[in-house]
Amino acid sequence: MTLIRAEGLVKTYRSGEVEVQAVKGVDFAIEAKSFVSFVGPSGSGKSTLLNMIGCLDHPTGGKLTVVDRDVSTLDRRAAAEFRGKHIGFVFQDFNLIPVLTAYENIEYPLIMVQAWPEKQRREQIMRLLDAVGMGGQANKRPDQISGGQKQRVAVARALATNAQLVLADEPTANLDHDTAYRIIELMKKMRDELGTTFVFSTHDPKIMSEAEVIFTLEDGRMNQHQNSGKAVAAHA
Amino acid sequence: MLSILKIALRNLARFGRRTLLTSSLITLGIVGVLLFVAVSGSFKSIMIGQFTDSMLGHLEVHRKGYVASIDSLPLNLNMQPAMVGKVEQVLGKMDAVEAYSERIKLGAMFSNFTETTSMRVSGVDPGKETATTPLLPGRLVGEKRAGPLLKSGEVLIPELIARGLKVNVGDTVVLVATNRDGSVNGKTFTVGGVLQSVSGPSGKDGYITIDDARSLLRMKEAEVSEIAIRLKNPAQLDAVYAQLSKELSAIAGGAGGGTGPGSGDKQPTAGKVGGSGGLEVHTWADLSPFSSIVRMIDLLAVFIKVMMVSIVLISVMNVMVMAVYERIREIGTISAIGTPPRRILSLFLTEGLLLGVGGAALGTAISLVAIYALNVWKVSIRFGMQRDAIQLAPAVSATDIATIVAMVIIMALLASLQPAWKASRMDPVTALGHV
Repeated sequence: MTLIRAEGLVKTYRSGEVEVQAVKGVDFAIEAKSFVSFVGPSGSGKSTLLNMIGCLDHPTGGKLTVVDRDVSTLDRRAAAEFRGKHIGFVFQDFNLIPVLTAYENIEYPLIMVQAWPEKQRREQIMRLLDAVGMGGQANKRPDQISGGQKQRVAVARALATNAQLVLADEPTANLDHDTAYRIIELMKKMRDELGTTFVFSTHDPKIMSEAEVIFTLEDGRMNQHQNSGKAVAAHA
Repeated sequence: MLSILKIALRNLARFGRRTLLTSSLITLGIVGVLLFVAVSGSFKSIMIGQFTDSMLGHLEVHRKGYVASIDSLPLNLNMQPAMVGKVEQVLGKMDAVEAYSERIKLGAMFSNFTETTSMRVSGVDPGKETATTPLLPGRLVGEKRAGPLLKSGEVLIPELIARGLKVNVGDTVVLVATNRDGSVNGKTFTVGGVLQSVSGPSGKDGYITIDDARSLLRMKEAEVSEIAIRLKNPAQLDAVYAQLSKELSAIAGGAGGGTGPGSGDKQPTAGKVGGSGGLEVHTWADLSPFSSIVRMIDLLAVFIKVMMVSIVLISVMNVMVMAVYERIREIGTISAIGTPPRRILSLFLTEGLLLGVGGAALGTAISLVAIYALNVWKVSIRFGMQRDAIQLAPAVSATDIATIVAMVIIMALLASLQPAWKASRMDPVTALGHV
């Protein structure tokens, strides 16, 4: 089943009289439950592509379908609702809410985005905390845990609403190599356990090698590689 | 909602020093306003009490045009006995009226046989006058005497004249007055007492009995210049004023009003006067220059409230603008994970609301303690020509507190609206990329 499909996707930024085409008519499809990486140098369009898939930004041209819905023309409110229902996010800087504990950070989307009953909420959060190995740190605030632990909490938060798709923009950029590797392993484990599709961007060759499908971006154009030795679940 | 409240509280605690500073400003504003309202309110009510209870009464009834020419105390605008009787009938039926006193007002020359000065004289029934202006006996300087305020043949003179003309209690003096027909008459009186001045241009007011006044003026009929009225509850002033104006307008036409020269041809110039035909009603505020001071105090209170509102508006807006600016990435994060814009708006509005509520609660508590302290350690002030200092009893009503607290909370919400709106409309990509 195809979860994401892009056809002739274009994104152009305008700065005064200057137009910059960040994404130049790319076509791709990502299957559900796959583990996909976007790789490329800075400015190649990785983040732009992730932003468009995550309904944070609109394409300038082409068609983009996510979870069977054309997301190219969603307005602000519809986009927020769509994100809250189908997409989880993991950020390079973790972006946990500093005044909330690990438990409360995971709880946040279950209260503020969806309205889960307390009992179900508690069960879901405890299950995810255990799954990401943070069961003993539930009451710690972000400033009381390490970078790797923060990213584990962020992964749990992204999965809290049972999102079908998790988008991670450079999730390992602020972590040392071992921790980064463990985060990628955790994401893969969650994909295996929950069937969630993970799409992440990176420019670390070792990290990218963990993906099953690798999309290489360069100057707004895309090439797809199947990663030999990894299970493949995507096609161009 | 509880979650929003929890997050808002923690965000305020995160920037504790700033929150404390802003709350302190709001607290200071509220304390300033409530203390001013309490102290000025006490001053106002004491001073109004001084005027109404020692001189004017709460309301006065006159012939139409009398007050407009009150400087000359015109005798040709007195009420005739038939009309006085009708007015007394109306007053007798009104439950809100505690007492009333008929007066004849006249201008007279006061002489101690060596020097002469002018004096405004009120001819009164001592019993009725004491019931209508119960603080009047308290204005007598020196040793208090038993019995009625005033006996026939006695005059109560103002302190100003007693000192100026070196006249003492028991001295014989002469009052000379011109009657309505223009003839002059004089009568000797014994000084029965010296009256302390009430603030304002009443430093030369004296009292004789109403019968002596009629005798001095050679009046053939029991005319009356004014009827002063005391209410059981001064708070009912407006209602009684309206009722009395209505009742008097109904009776004035056929009760002998309008007789005598000049009647009805002079319109009142004072603010709140009622009645039609031959009579009009005035409140104490129409007759006392202190009402201008009351209006100034009220204006000052409005000005101080505007200042407090400005303090709240500027301080809360400043904090909320800073809060949004410092948390742009956080706003981007919560927006990216799907928080609806209205929730983001609520979150920041709640922070502003909590600042307002916190400051208002603390300010009210401190104000109440301060007002209590001012009642324990009495504060006295001197005003005008009064010999005795006025002892203030500051108090603030629940309505005043509710109004001021509501103003602060509404202002805090309004001040948060623009930053909160900005946060809720923020583009998540731009916000997440903010450094």
